[in-house]
Amino acid sequence: MDARRESEPTPMKTQTAAERKSERELVVTRTINGPARIVFEAWTRPELFKQWWVPKSMGMSMLSCEMDVRVGGRYRLVFSHPAAPQPMEFFGRYLEVTPHSRLVWTNEEGGDSGQVTTVTFEEKGGKTLLVMHDLYPSKEALDDAIASGSTAGGMGEQFEQLDELIVTLGASAGLG
Amino acid sequence: MVQYVRAGFDVSFAALSDVTRRGVLERLGRGDASITDLAEKFRMTLTGMKKHVGVLEQAGLVSTDKVGRVRTCKLGPRRLEEEAAWIERYRQLWDARFDELDKVVEELKQKEKVDGRKKRK
Repeated sequence: MDARRESEPTPMKTQTAAERKSERELVVTRTINGPARIVFEAWTRPELFKQWWVPKSMGMSMLSCEMDVRVGGRYRLVFSHPAAPQPMEFFGRYLEVTPHSRLVWTNEEGGDSGQVTTVTFEEKGGKTLLVMHDLYPSKEALDDAIASGSTAGGMGEQFEQLDELIVTLGASAGLG
Repeated sequence: MVQYVRAGFDVSFAALSDVTRRGVLERLGRGDASITDLAEKFRMTLTGMKKHVGVLEQAGLVSTDKVGRVRTCKLGPRRLEEEAAWIERYRQLWDARFDELDKVVEELKQKEKVDGRKKRK
């Protein structure tokens, strides 16, 4: 599926951790090998964001990416997948934008059950610790996201059917 | 082995094919409940609810515990395994994403170095 990945030398691995922190919270952490200023830039400039948000092993492509990164500004991401009859949209708005240290945004494609995502960028010795925190409106909303089987960040029902496929593709591409 | 796996799937599908049983799982997701609570909530006889819970229990979706005369139901081991599996898939998605982010950041760092050198000239 993804021969390119296999032919590359294995890059130095820094551990990505994920856990359900409470009834309403999911937390993912990862250290990125670069200063917070650059990591923040890669997260907030569409032309850079596009290059990493959809890993090839997901089998999806990003059709468009609009990001108005300022408080109250909106974002809209559109994806396609060979198995999806029509493009999938994810959208919301930025609640907080603190350059090089903190981003908070809503996930509104799923209606009221969407989570609020907070990412903090903490620089230490030229590396950046990323903490991505998803807060769901209720225990039920997070339970439902898990029960739906979708792992694309709880990003809407369209992913339900795709999920199995993505897992299969991911496994065969040696993802993770 | 294949037979066992298949049988497991069949039991789960059968368990989940019923709207009341799906409702019971949803209810238990919000907290433990006794058979009596469940029977009342779904307007059903105790015997009827016991049958439904029995099917869910067999599928590993619910577990029950009898203390005195009250049988309390909660989500079973299967459900917890599913949650753990979901979190692991979620972790893998982010791991793949962050691997790509690492590459983008690396390129930007290189570019800054080159640009820095140019400026100094």
